[in-house]
Amino acid sequence: MVHPTSKAVMSAEERAEKQRYAQAEKTYGRGKAVSSKGVHDKKLRANLKAQEAKQKQAILQAKDAEILLEHEAGFLEPEGEIERTYKVRQDEIQESVGIETAKKGFELRLNDFGPYRMDYTRNGRDLLLAGRKGHVATMDWRDGKLGCELNLNETVRDARWLHNNQFFAVAQKKYVYIYDHQGVELHCLSKHLEPLFLEFLPYHFLLASAQISGYLKYTDTSTGQTVAELPTRLGRPTALCQNPSNAILHVGHQNGTVTLWSPNSQTNLVKAQVHNGPVRSLAIDRLGRYMVSTGQDQKMNIWDIRMFKEVHSYSCYQPGASLSISDRGLTAVGWGTQVSVWRGLLDAAQADHEKVQSPYMAWGGDGQRIENLRWCPYEDVLGVGHDQGFASLIVPGAGEPNFDSLEANPYENVKQRQEAEVHSLLTKLQPDMISLDPNVIGRLDTINDKKMREVKDLDRRPEEHMEKIKNRGRGRNSALRKYLRKKGRGNVIDEKRLKAEALRKDHAERRKGQLQQARDDLGPALGRFAKRDA
Amino acid sequence: MKIKALSRPVASQQAPGSAVVRQSRNLDPAQHPFERAREYTRALNAIKMERMFAAPFLGQMGDGHVDGVYSMAKDPGSLERFASGSGDGVVKVWDLATRGEVFQTQAHEGIVKGLSWTHDRKLLSCASDKTIKLWDPYNSSADAPPAASWLGTSAFTSVAHHYTQPAFAASSSQISIYDLSRSSSTPTQTLQWPTSVDTITSIAFNPSETSVLGSTALDRSVILYDLRTSTPVHKLILKLASNKLCFNMMEPMNFAVANEDHNAYLFDMRKTDRALNVLKDHVAAVMDVEFSPTGEELVTASYDRTVRLWSRSKGASLDIYFGKRQQRVFSSMFTPDNKYVLSGSDDGNIRLWRAKASDRSGIKSARQRSKLEYDQALIKRYSHMPEIRRIKRQRHVPKSIKKAGEIKREELAAIKRREENVRKHTSKKNLKPRQSEREKMILAREQ
Repeated sequence: MVHPTSKAVMSAEERAEKQRYAQAEKTYGRGKAVSSKGVHDKKLRANLKAQEAKQKQAILQAKDAEILLEHEAGFLEPEGEIERTYKVRQDEIQESVGIETAKKGFELRLNDFGPYRMDYTRNGRDLLLAGRKGHVATMDWRDGKLGCELNLNETVRDARWLHNNQFFAVAQKKYVYIYDHQGVELHCLSKHLEPLFLEFLPYHFLLASAQISGYLKYTDTSTGQTVAELPTRLGRPTALCQNPSNAILHVGHQNGTVTLWSPNSQTNLVKAQVHNGPVRSLAIDRLGRYMVSTGQDQKMNIWDIRMFKEVHSYSCYQPGASLSISDRGLTAVGWGTQVSVWRGLLDAAQADHEKVQSPYMAWGGDGQRIENLRWCPYEDVLGVGHDQGFASLIVPGAGEPNFDSLEANPYENVKQRQEAEVHSLLTKLQPDMISLDPNVIGRLDTINDKKMREVKDLDRRPEEHMEKIKNRGRGRNSALRKYLRKKGRGNVIDEKRLKAEALRKDHAERRKGQLQQARDDLGPALGRFAKRDA
Repeated sequence: MKIKALSRPVASQQAPGSAVVRQSRNLDPAQHPFERAREYTRALNAIKMERMFAAPFLGQMGDGHVDGVYSMAKDPGSLERFASGSGDGVVKVWDLATRGEVFQTQAHEGIVKGLSWTHDRKLLSCASDKTIKLWDPYNSSADAPPAASWLGTSAFTSVAHHYTQPAFAASSSQISIYDLSRSSSTPTQTLQWPTSVDTITSIAFNPSETSVLGSTALDRSVILYDLRTSTPVHKLILKLASNKLCFNMMEPMNFAVANEDHNAYLFDMRKTDRALNVLKDHVAAVMDVEFSPTGEELVTASYDRTVRLWSRSKGASLDIYFGKRQQRVFSSMFTPDNKYVLSGSDDGNIRLWRAKASDRSGIKSARQRSKLEYDQALIKRYSHMPEIRRIKRQRHVPKSIKKAGEIKREELAAIKRREENVRKHTSKKNLKPRQSEREKMILAREQ
């Protein structure tokens, strides 16, 4: 015979199930469950319950689908106590990985037109190199196939791929230009005057540039429309990066502040002092939780963006010129001629642990000044642009092993690329959807709703002003005195004011009466000690 | 030192020599930023597509009638046959599949006001020429005389066949029940509210309590009768007269009435002190109302030249159908497969519409189907968003209807304002509680 188990005692199975759900919820959860307890409406309650059950099932199924992920992340692990991962050199790594992987580590010597800035496409397949002196080249770096090569004969300050490998934008001496994959100039964005940094928001199709004048400009690359021109009013910006989770741009300034911008507001959303000198570089992790910044004050700071609080601060030997955070949270810093890669900086910040003491990997020191760093998406590869060319480093454990081919597919063919382009244009997000909280869309506006209901309610009592004045507070700052004192009403004597004055008179008289009463009570000898408001 | 770096052979994504590409998914939310915003955009696209594909009008049945179509009835024995009666006394039977005529006869001399099918697929028609006739459209020619006919004392307005017994009810100023199994031409029963004399405009049998009969009359009443005791049971008086009564086939205790005050009301037969729902959108009298076979939706025909579709649980209409040449609509109904709507109007045409304006009836591939389902789910999920709600609701209606709607809205607001002003200046003692919109139109109830 089966006894119904009491509520307090949970069977081992139930516990395991609960644990499994808790685990799944950590990665796949979408916020707190909605409690249907206080809901009186039967139908609504049943609907809410059904929704929650569905949500729970979806979370568990997503967890179960992990079994289909076929790749595992790379790693670099010391085998003894004396081994240190940061001592491992690139040639040692190349020897111990497969031939195909070893080929991903290479160097390009480009002595004449450096220093180089670089960018990978969203799927990590193509590489864009832009030398300061006007040399721009694209290549399918895995196959070593050159896409196009341009000599622009003018200063190039930054270059960016747009939504796929068909177009790229180059910040040249005076304007931003857009080229196609063959190197044909398609557009000259003359609104973007003297651009310093470029940033592309792939889901919004917005190309943003930070200008020498301090302006931040957004152009919609699908329509060509200028979306916003925002004055930072803090002089020449020193760094620009985007928050991949909410499409907010972070701009670093000369005075050590970082300002946050969205195209919807003419003023910055947040302004924070992150360094004591000019900010050199900024990077944000893909979940938009942490920002790492380096400054001229030889510091590298880790910030929690959600609270805007510094979590950890590191001292550097030289100011870090470039920063980048990989999909799995590896942070690469380029300082002087060196590159250091840190692992677990963000995890330590999240778990409230001590600082990570030593870097995970290191490279450089050969006299090549580092200009730009970028992680290749979905690969264990770090691209380094320096003044003598470009280096592709193998950093095990950096890349996301399992890609989603509907999001960004490193192995896509032409047909897939075209289809993805159409789909991404169909779901293009409007610039006015950019806000600090990316999930604000679709949320119920309960405050407005409450107000609307109040307005609609025909039986509502009009707010009684005098009642509020009568009973709120005493003394110098009572509501009544405040009302009488308030400026801007001028000489208007209306019923309300007359009432308030009468009220005040009444109060004063009552007070006087109380004093007299106290005097009388105390008698002629002690009457003088009677106090007001006793 | 243990070293492993990521390596994905290209062959694992696409086998050499094959054109089949592997599609790998990773459901980690970190890989899908802006999921809410993107989903919302997809929902917006979905609702726009739905409106883009909205093409409700399919065509008309044959050449229609010469005079206006004032009554229609579905053949319960077939998915594709129905009958229509016209103002010049002609009755036609139609086939939906070919949109052609199957049978036609000059049945009466006056307006054919009511049609009803018997169990053996014969057709009862009643008209203002004081006769009821029985036709056999599938086994007789056009010029054959009727299989039977009954003569009444005054013009008949409506006829309804009993759901189980071989009997039918016909209404004039009273309700007469005739037995089809007997050859006598006198009614077996007559039903009437003792004090009422006005014409009864429509009658309907309850599909589950088969001896319960409902009627609407010109004296603004909605009356329920019981055939077993041969008495009226319940009377409900609304502010204006109702034109049509229809029972819900799935929830037979509920019925809908089409009212002259531009609204349709849903009532529970057991509890008529307030309406279950008020369907408010028409700008002229509602002439006909019918529940869909699923019982979830309704269709109304109105004097404002439009047909509207409704959800049982929503007050505003889901869709409005109108045509450039469509005149006053006097009858409308769903087809038995719930996919189409028929409307018969004063211009003599019987129009065929889609029940869902953007639906297409062709065979769909599995991908197409799943996409449509996904779109519907998205629309439902984001239906509270103002933009989506706006697109979903917005209809470009003829100018006259829009104008009439505006005027009506203004008038209603004025009435409301006046009432509120009166309330404001009434002492609290005499203040009556506000009446719900669902009980306002009920003037009286009698048992």
